[in-house]
Amino acid sequence: MQVSMKLEMKDSPGQLVAALKPISDVGGNIIAVIHQREPGPDNDTLDVQIVLELPEGRLDKLVVLLQEQGVHIQRVDEERLLYKRTVIMIGHLMHTDLSDTVDQIDSTGFAEVCELSMSMPSVNERSSSRLTIKAVSKDDMESALAILRRVCRQKSLFLIEPLEEIA
Amino acid sequence: MKVALIGLGSVGRGVATMLAKKDLGLTITGIADSKSGLIEDKGINITKVLANKKKTGMCGDSRITAIDVIKKADYDALIEVTPTNALSGEPATGYIRTALNRKKHVVTSNKGPVALSYKELRALALKKGVAFRYEATVAGAIPIMHVLEHGLAGNEILAIYGVLNGTCNFILTRMADEGLTYEQALMEAREMGYAEADPTYDVQGIDAAIKLVILANTIWGNGVKLGDVDRTGIDLLTADALRLAEEEGCTIRLIAEAIPRKKLIRVSPRIIEKTHPLVVEGTLNALTLETDMAKEITLIGRGAGSIETASAIIGDLLFIRDCHVQRP
Repeated sequence: MQVSMKLEMKDSPGQLVAALKPISDVGGNIIAVIHQREPGPDNDTLDVQIVLELPEGRLDKLVVLLQEQGVHIQRVDEERLLYKRTVIMIGHLMHTDLSDTVDQIDSTGFAEVCELSMSMPSVNERSSSRLTIKAVSKDDMESALAILRRVCRQKSLFLIEPLEEIA
Repeated sequence: MKVALIGLGSVGRGVATMLAKKDLGLTITGIADSKSGLIEDKGINITKVLANKKKTGMCGDSRITAIDVIKKADYDALIEVTPTNALSGEPATGYIRTALNRKKHVVTSNKGPVALSYKELRALALKKGVAFRYEATVAGAIPIMHVLEHGLAGNEILAIYGVLNGTCNFILTRMADEGLTYEQALMEAREMGYAEADPTYDVQGIDAAIKLVILANTIWGNGVKLGDVDRTGIDLLTADALRLAEEEGCTIRLIAEAIPRKKLIRVSPRIIEKTHPLVVEGTLNALTLETDMAKEITLIGRGAGSIETASAIIGDLLFIRDCHVQRP
């Protein structure tokens, strides 16, 4: 089971390690830790988003252990893929093995194609498809898109990427 | 201030018409088209010349060439608005060089010389103590160069994104709104006079890439060239692709972008939310600048047209008059 948790803890030395320890105690595996250090009115708490893999049935125990450490759990989602991007591919998608194209993303372990819409006008014409990709982190999304760019180049597919939000 | 006008196509006629109509204190003392020229130190009667051009196809005496006007006429600033040659930049680059060497200010709408020889022409203008301005080369009437140079002076420009080709934007707008195929939308653009018989230059993103090169050189002085731009056009887009984008509340636009910190300079069709400020309709242009102090600034306006381009040229001329010529 993959879980994403938003935790709030005291911003003092050793707190983060103490909060992460119960995860290994219940046999969990940490995939990503994302700090969200937002300056608030009182700057003594720290928000952390954690993505982890957990054996089935251990979540309740983890929640109890975390609370014993003084960690406040703001949210628990059984969704590990936090980043979403939609791209469009145009070309001979079936003839170039669409399932292989999708598999190249899915087999990474950090990103997957979660939605696919397709239109095939006629046998010899190019088809168009919309793919939504989810990934664990922003960097993983970049890696997934880099893979897709390479695959599209190899298969002579035309890839249209989204305009990134202006950072 | 006295000016010489080289080129009497759509842009040149727009400038001449506005100078005749508006009392801006600018006198044309030399004029030339591809076949003829005219020099009158006391000032040319523009209305008469334009009527003559319409009737005979010539603005003056066929024995006087453009280079004669540039070399011999008495003027303060040269207006160079001959057709763009994106490969050689000629004859415009030669015209500009000659005028700068005579210590004359130069205003141009010609992308060729600026994209190909920016460093050289800028250095020559500096050496001769005159201005070299080219507001009209990028995004038509939008005063992007003035905004960069004056309005945002002191800002670090972190990135630039824009819709810089009206023809592509028109085609994409029509494909999205009416479900037309690329071929149908292109045909419509031709009928409306927005696309050339050979649309390659526009639809393959070359025009947008040249404008991006001009912007990047102006902002960062990084010497990038057309060949450095990672470029994809719109000619392979399908109507289905636009429909698929539409289903997500998005559309597709040809976006030119330069982000130095990512070493990125690119022109490509992109999926973009329909509510995004860069999603403009028809032949409009739009540009977003991301800066350290002002943060994001977006400018939207007409990217082409005879009078619209004349607006950018006249803005440059009056800037030169107020900041260089009349300065004690």
